[in-house]
Amino acid sequence: MAIELVIGAVKALVVLLLVLNVTGSMLWFERKGAALIQDRIGANRAAIFGVGRRMGLPNLGLINTLIADPIKLFTKEDFVPAGADRVLHSLAPFLALFPVLVTFAVVPIGDVLRIGSRTITLQAANLPAAALYVLAVLGVGVYGVALGGWASNNRWALLGGIRASAQMISYEMAMGLAILAVVVTYGTVDLQTICRMQGGVWFGWLPRWGIVLQPVSFILLLVAGIAESKRVPFDLPEGESELVAGYFTEYSGGKQAVFMMTDFAEVVLVSVLITLFFFGGWQVPWLYADGFHFPGPHGAFLALPNYAVAILQIIAFWVKTLFFCLLQILVRWTLPRLRYDQLMGLGWKGLLPLGLLNLVVTAFVVVAVGGR
Amino acid sequence: MPLWLFAFFAIIAVVSALGVILQRHPVHCLLALALALLDIGALFIGLGAEALGFLQIIIYVGAIMVLFLFVIWLLNLQREGLATERIGLKVIGTLAAAALGAELCALLVHAGPAPAAPLPVDYGSLRSLARLLFANYLVAFEVTSALLLAAMVGAIGLARRIPGTNAVAAPPSDVADRLRSAAG
Amino acid sequence: MTPLNYFVVLSAVLFVIGVAGVLLRRNVIVMFMSIELMLNAVNLAFVAFGRQLGNAEGQVIVFFAITVAAAEAAVGLGIIIAVFRNRMTLNADELKLLRW
Repeated sequence: MAIELVIGAVKALVVLLLVLNVTGSMLWFERKGAALIQDRIGANRAAIFGVGRRMGLPNLGLINTLIADPIKLFTKEDFVPAGADRVLHSLAPFLALFPVLVTFAVVPIGDVLRIGSRTITLQAANLPAAALYVLAVLGVGVYGVALGGWASNNRWALLGGIRASAQMISYEMAMGLAILAVVVTYGTVDLQTICRMQGGVWFGWLPRWGIVLQPVSFILLLVAGIAESKRVPFDLPEGESELVAGYFTEYSGGKQAVFMMTDFAEVVLVSVLITLFFFGGWQVPWLYADGFHFPGPHGAFLALPNYAVAILQIIAFWVKTLFFCLLQILVRWTLPRLRYDQLMGLGWKGLLPLGLLNLVVTAFVVVAVGGR
Repeated sequence: MPLWLFAFFAIIAVVSALGVILQRHPVHCLLALALALLDIGALFIGLGAEALGFLQIIIYVGAIMVLFLFVIWLLNLQREGLATERIGLKVIGTLAAAALGAELCALLVHAGPAPAAPLPVDYGSLRSLARLLFANYLVAFEVTSALLLAAMVGAIGLARRIPGTNAVAAPPSDVADRLRSAAG
Repeated sequence: MTPLNYFVVLSAVLFVIGVAGVLLRRNVIVMFMSIELMLNAVNLAFVAFGRQLGNAEGQVIVFFAITVAAAEAAVGLGIIIAVFRNRMTLNADELKLLRW
């Protein structure tokens, strides 16, 4: 009993640390990505006493950004405007961050790890209804931004909060439909099972990843996910030319850092969901529980011990996730912002009917092919 | 569900339910209600109704409560008096609620516990819920979709403004004056 | 294991709190929230009884109750907006045109 608790705690801690580190690195990736696209160098000033430069090394930008930015933000004044609802103003950033972080609890980051006679599932919380849990927790995430906007006692913030919550609710529909289509395809709401069912190959070489079965859902989840994380081209809640900074206009210091972190954690979450549902999650192409079975006429085989397989799976999962994080940064810095009616039109008249159609077609195909 | 977990959720449920009726600002009432509903969803999950608990959170907390929040913002409701100012109503209301509570207590004291039936293996899973919904209760399920459509049309019709005015129907003249002065 | 009775008692307590809210508060929207609380108290009792009886039909009833509550919330809030636009108040004591 006690050992189970310890294993659970370690798994939760590992997942949390992984997520926090990837989230933090996103800050640097975003700066460098923006600089790359805008043809400048970007974030090259943060150095600890110029140590890196003196030793002839590059500036260790990633690490310096990870240290310097939080120090800067958390030592700034934490300002609460007059007339604001103080309790809710302080609570709102955490109400926004918390649901995003707890979603990662049900994300499987690998298959199983065997230590002695013990088999450990590489998933912090082994929940049978994990897909529903993801949707439920994402729904609760609306409150953070909505209340942050309202509690600031500022019209721009309130408008930003209203825009944000309306947008999140609208695009949750498309997101839910995309996830439902995947759930119907695999016949389960258990994320670990969905990942396992994406193992193996078609035609002897093509990995059985979900993107082949559900390409429309992939587009839906990607677009709805970017809208859900309120980034360009869907960043109307914080559109700086109209609303100063939207729902976090009146936030500064540590609380604003928490809002920024929520933003990046949502990017990571969307990437994780896309990876899970459409790109095999932790599946490495042609890697099975006992090692690599390469395709080809001779079918080369490379045996691997269990721990090596588990490590490869975890690495594969995060490589795929990082790829989609970078894709979102690319989208963010290359597309112009939508108009508000275009945003709502896309959500309700574009993605929602498409998602419904996709779900109906999926259901028919599953029944025709002889589903359960 | 172990007893300590139940006690934890029960305390949150009662405190947040009291928060709904004891706070002065409608937004605070709404947040307390959202917490209570989230908590009831957790209790559903604790009772083994896993899929239903998550559905409760998705629909109630993620959608219906946000709708309430929008309406409170739209009407710009502010801090207000806690209870009715009419003293008779206050007394009668308190008495009536207390009487109902006493009656429910009396009922529960006399009710014996039912024998616990064995649970099916997939109790509370999405699959078992869906099988019942789409087999035994299909007609009711389809009627619900018609109900939702009707409610949607009704809500839009009720809340829609008459073009050019701020009102949904011709208001009485004294209210029209107040509207005009509020707008001017 | 928590006995069934505890859940039923909790449900009764929540229901009474909801009733008190409807009777004592005068803001229509807070009264409406109290009604939602009562609905949920009953839902909790349904799920608890369903578990005791070992069948999932209690959950089906709750599912329908949630759906109807969604419809009811949409129409109810529509009515509240209409009332507020026409009367400029949400105090139930002042909404007395239909009272003799």
